[in-house]
Amino acid sequence: MAMLILEDGTRFEGTLFGCRKAVGGEVVFMTGMSGYQELMTDPAYCGQIVCMTYPLIGNIGVNDLDFESGSAKLSAILVSELCDMPSNWQLKTPLEQYMEEQGVVGMHGVDTRALTRHLRKAGVQRGCIVEEEPADAAQLMAAAPAPALACTCDQPYEIPGEGGPVVAVLDLGMKRSLTAYLNKKGCTIRVYPASTPAQAILDAGCDGVLVSGGPGNPQDYPEITEAVRALMAARPTLGVDLGHLLMALAAGAKTERMLYGHHGSNQPVKDLARGTCAVTGQSHLYAVSGDGLPEGVTVSHINWNDRSIEGLRYAGLQAFSVQFTPAGLGGEFDTTYVFDQFMDMMKKGDEQNA
Amino acid sequence: MPKKDFIKKVLVIGSGPIVIGQAAEFDYAGTQACRVLKEEGLEVVLVNSNPATIMTDTDIADKVYLEPLTVSSLEKIIALERPDSLLASLGGQTGLNMAMELDEKGILAKYNVRLLGTKIDAIRRAEDREDFKNMMIAIGEPCVDSVIVHDVEASVEFANEHGYPVIVRPAYTLGGTGGGIAENERQLREICADGLRSSRVHENLIEKSVAGWKEIEYEVIRDGAGNCITVCNMENMDPVGVHTGDSIVVAPTQTLREPEAYMLRHAALSIISALGIEGGCNVQFALDPDSLKYYVIEVNPRVSRSSALASKATGYPIAKVTTRIALGYTLDEIANGVTGQTFACAEPTIDYIVLKFPRWPFDKFVYADKHIGTKMKATGEIMSIGTSFESAMLKAVRSLEMGMDSLVVPSLEELDDEEIERRLHEINTERAFVVAEALRRGVTIEHVHDVTMIDVWFLRKVQKIVMMEQAIRALDGAKALDYDTLMAAKKMGMADKAIARFVGSTEEEIRALRREMKILPSFRLVDTCGGEFDAVSPYYYSAYGVASEAENTGRKTVVVLGSGPIRIGQGIEFDYCSVHCVWALKRAGFDTVIINNNPETVSTDFDTSDRLYFEPLTPEDVWNVLEIEQPVGVVCQFGGQTAIKLAKAVRQAGYPILGTDLGDIDAAEDRELFNQLLNSLGIPQPKGTTVFTADEAAAAAKELGYPVLVRPSYVLGGQGMEIAYDEKHIREYMSIINMNVQEHPILVDKYLLGREIEVDAICDGENVLIPGIMEHIERAGIHSGDSISVYPPQHLAPRIQRMVTEYTINIARSLHVKGLVNIQFIEYAGDLYIIEVNPRSSRTVPYISKVTGIPIVELGVRASLGEKVPAMGFGTGLYPPAPTVAVKMPVFSFEKLNEVEVALGPEMKSTGEALGLAETAEEAYLKGFASTKMAIPHPSEGGVLFAIADHDKREAMELAETLASLGFEIYATSGTAHKFNHNYIGAHLVSRPGEDTDALAKLFDSGKIRLIITTPTHGRDPMRAGFRLRRMAVEYGIACVTSIDTAKLLLKCIKLGKKEEDIPALGLHDLIL
Repeated sequence: MAMLILEDGTRFEGTLFGCRKAVGGEVVFMTGMSGYQELMTDPAYCGQIVCMTYPLIGNIGVNDLDFESGSAKLSAILVSELCDMPSNWQLKTPLEQYMEEQGVVGMHGVDTRALTRHLRKAGVQRGCIVEEEPADAAQLMAAAPAPALACTCDQPYEIPGEGGPVVAVLDLGMKRSLTAYLNKKGCTIRVYPASTPAQAILDAGCDGVLVSGGPGNPQDYPEITEAVRALMAARPTLGVDLGHLLMALAAGAKTERMLYGHHGSNQPVKDLARGTCAVTGQSHLYAVSGDGLPEGVTVSHINWNDRSIEGLRYAGLQAFSVQFTPAGLGGEFDTTYVFDQFMDMMKKGDEQNA
Repeated sequence: MPKKDFIKKVLVIGSGPIVIGQAAEFDYAGTQACRVLKEEGLEVVLVNSNPATIMTDTDIADKVYLEPLTVSSLEKIIALERPDSLLASLGGQTGLNMAMELDEKGILAKYNVRLLGTKIDAIRRAEDREDFKNMMIAIGEPCVDSVIVHDVEASVEFANEHGYPVIVRPAYTLGGTGGGIAENERQLREICADGLRSSRVHENLIEKSVAGWKEIEYEVIRDGAGNCITVCNMENMDPVGVHTGDSIVVAPTQTLREPEAYMLRHAALSIISALGIEGGCNVQFALDPDSLKYYVIEVNPRVSRSSALASKATGYPIAKVTTRIALGYTLDEIANGVTGQTFACAEPTIDYIVLKFPRWPFDKFVYADKHIGTKMKATGEIMSIGTSFESAMLKAVRSLEMGMDSLVVPSLEELDDEEIERRLHEINTERAFVVAEALRRGVTIEHVHDVTMIDVWFLRKVQKIVMMEQAIRALDGAKALDYDTLMAAKKMGMADKAIARFVGSTEEEIRALRREMKILPSFRLVDTCGGEFDAVSPYYYSAYGVASEAENTGRKTVVVLGSGPIRIGQGIEFDYCSVHCVWALKRAGFDTVIINNNPETVSTDFDTSDRLYFEPLTPEDVWNVLEIEQPVGVVCQFGGQTAIKLAKAVRQAGYPILGTDLGDIDAAEDRELFNQLLNSLGIPQPKGTTVFTADEAAAAAKELGYPVLVRPSYVLGGQGMEIAYDEKHIREYMSIINMNVQEHPILVDKYLLGREIEVDAICDGENVLIPGIMEHIERAGIHSGDSISVYPPQHLAPRIQRMVTEYTINIARSLHVKGLVNIQFIEYAGDLYIIEVNPRSSRTVPYISKVTGIPIVELGVRASLGEKVPAMGFGTGLYPPAPTVAVKMPVFSFEKLNEVEVALGPEMKSTGEALGLAETAEEAYLKGFASTKMAIPHPSEGGVLFAIADHDKREAMELAETLASLGFEIYATSGTAHKFNHNYIGAHLVSRPGEDTDALAKLFDSGKIRLIITTPTHGRDPMRAGFRLRRMAVEYGIACVTSIDTAKLLLKCIKLGKKEEDIPALGLHDLIL
């Protein structure tokens, strides 16, 4: 019998699987009913312990197609029931085996709903998973890595497109699916490590900039924020997830930590200009603060559940940003219009330059 | 977007009588719709011919018309009421068809009525096969390839192009005969040629077969501004090939990768956007288990059975939201009533698994064809909620009330391995249990998968249940049960009773052991959001080993036991009663709790009671709820036999039963006690006795003299009831009845061929109110639920009516009834006999409440609570009869059930009922027939065929003579024709099935036969000619009457010389005295 110990002392029991070791990290809950493979490899969850609210996990095992990055990024996953005989035509390995290989700790038999309800009230906090009463729980909890730069790519790389504009992506911990839509529309995607100086990106040439999502607190990345400011000023720029938060900071807005954030695939977001309401996938614990929005920064989208800010426009700049992921599979129907707007913006930028 | 302001008065069309494929889900949907309309301050006019529904209550709609759902009837009501809008998308296919017809005939335009919600052209696009296919092609969504062929070569060409296997479906054949799946060209040539021969129009539909693919459903909803979301996706455990209504279905999908789920979500949302649906919509897909290939199988552009399921599965009220959308609201403007803080534009997410299991009528139709395929056969369904598939599955099995509490079926255990292997290949209602039995015997999951195509994921879960059974069976008695094993079994949803049987112990012992080990159930909330927000609507399911969210409220609480799945004999009426009971209790100041498991009903709406527990209705499951709720009373008299059977368990656990005492319930249900009671009151009953064995039954019957009525005690809907005419007959039925172990004895009664009379009464233990006397048209011997019933009685002498009143009062008093009692009488040779007393609500309560204006359930509840009947304002004794006549007509679903005898008998067969309401009896009969789709025949439309059993021939002759004099051509089968012709009634001789079936088929095909009057000889052997004739009538869609009494009634309507449109529409408001 293993347990999860939260910072506030609350404990939840379970049985270890996957990589069986003690581990610490921020504990969040995720309400999506499918997509655990995508989640595990999504850099936005880097270092976190994720509680899955859907109780049956591992049903389809792990396959070669659905990775959001090259490796598992989260520290641990908490589930109610682990499937011991997965089934899917693309199945390559059972979840447990994949987690062993990737060093991801798992705990099953957890009362995930009780944990979720606790986090909802007490707020997201650190925790650790241990098999025995730890001497150094606090240390374990604190040991979670500061993740952002760890998740970015080592070297720039290019995904060629046919006939479309060139989009430079500042990789803060990008999901693979982020650029699929743009690429399908013909964009050439040039991905740069998070630490790349803005000028280097601009010098290499691009029609627009996409600031990706990623893990962590946006206030921890002041240098990248500087680079984002320069990019926003120079090219049509779209920020998503963490990228949205950095753009907001760059424009002088404030960000704040939420009680338990948004992690799931069913967040309703209202586009104030279009008047429509779309279903979005999200994974963030920080949001733009509604207080003290600087002049020229206007709210374009709001979360229809809790009315938090989900999108901004920046007066005088060819730039806008959204808190949700407008792509990926979940967004394919609902919010790809954000990318279409971005492409329009790049097209206009071209015309202006021409 | 604000509400459309032209809307002031809305006409809502219901779905009519309950038939297989269109059941209680539309009462739930229609009721939600009406409530929303009223909340919005609109005037609601409701039309539905089904009196057993909540939606047809006068407090649900402003004006209620229990009128036929025909264009002419609706036009009358539109002309009378002049609504400005029409809401039809919540009345099932019936509602939708009516809306389209009203539009086509120009009636909507004529009276300036606007259709709310999805537009007519959008409905048409979805409904018309060709239009739909073209639209799917236009938006790139794949439909199953098919072609209509008139020769074999064309079919081979199609198959060569699209690949094998292909399905051959001959057009216009009997019962889907001919046709089949061809795996290769040789088979195709053979099947196709056969099919063309058997098709009346020499035509086959050749379709690419996707049998065995995954069947996935999406419940989606879209508003007028184009916002759309998925409410829920569902996966059928039974692959494509079995109608989704007959499939075991889970929500959400379990075996799809995220890209697969989103691919289908994208397709579903694209389809409703392209169609322009405004409201709820159901899209069904076939997904290749080995690729990303999929087909759109079906789109229902309306609220459906699946949307009722999705609503209950997620807590997202699709019908309500659909109604608000119809009024012009957008999803982001519609509040989520479960969380109280989010909106309808958020996709629900669930943190449990939901399982739906169909309820089939084959416990009653023992000789019927139990195979399931593309034609739905289930009459109802149950839903279960669990933290695992295993727990949901085992809860489901218990909820079905088929006498099972595990996956073990004793009759399957007895079979040898070869037989189990053979049965694995059969797709029938037993398949899930055959699969379990095969796995129990060590057949590998791979093999079962290869045979059934059921996904390995499901099979593994079933295997886990079987492994748990085996682990417990291997233990050395209950003492060997340790904490871990018992906890694991309970987490898996295993019943104490089943564990006890596996370990050779008793339910009580296991329960005590559990309590000792502190293995107690918890209750979790259904909240639409996976715990992300607090829920304000207490809607619970049970689980083990997790934190509980239900607490005792400390308030004065009453628990109402529901009626479980809709089945023949226990239909929507009991849900009507349960819901009214809850409302009455609320008015009396109690907190109310419902326990039920039927996703189609109003009672399982989370806002009907103060707290809802979605649980099986077994002693263990009910006890668990009672322990949390600590009610001051439990109500067992409104949930049909399901609830009354639980009375004993409730009392055992020490909770008071509200209303009639357990001892008095027993006095009515126990034959010996009941005899004593009637003797002491001097009330006669047909002679009878109780038996257990076939020998005893035969001896008893001999003594009583044939014919006799045989039936088990403690049943509803005449289950297993039969009239036996000789010893062979009685032995056959004893063997069928005793296939299931009988806890209670079998009753054998002298069968009296008299007039049946029925009353429902309210009693406070002393004073009795009888709202009305109902007279049955068909003589005793036809189950009361299947006979036409008329109120007020048309043929009863005042003396008999006085006796009915007097007997009712005496019996109710002697049984100390506190609440409702239903009594059935027979008038035979001038005497009145009692045949049945049910100390509970009955299926006639809703209809008699509506036509008398007496809120029977409410008064019953108040009487249970101690209020005196005279103080209720309706007097005592027999209430004065209404000036109008109400006729309740049974409705059947024979076309859905192959091999079921169409002739009526003592075992109930109807699935629903319709009402006919008019100033005179004849007009009421006529309307009633119209509501059941039995148009009154006219000589110009064809003749009448007689095939009459010997004992009815004399009466049939009179009928034939009158019909002939009215100008009808008379046809008759040999014996009948002989008799007619001998008596100078000219009849065309018609061959019987078996003599020259082809000639008969040709005659039916020619349209010369408009009506068939055929009465059955004895026995239920499906090979008899009469049986075949009646089945052919059903399959050719020819009206078929199987009782002389019904035929006489029909004749009265023919003689009346009126059509339904000639009779004015009557609203319930017109009946108020």
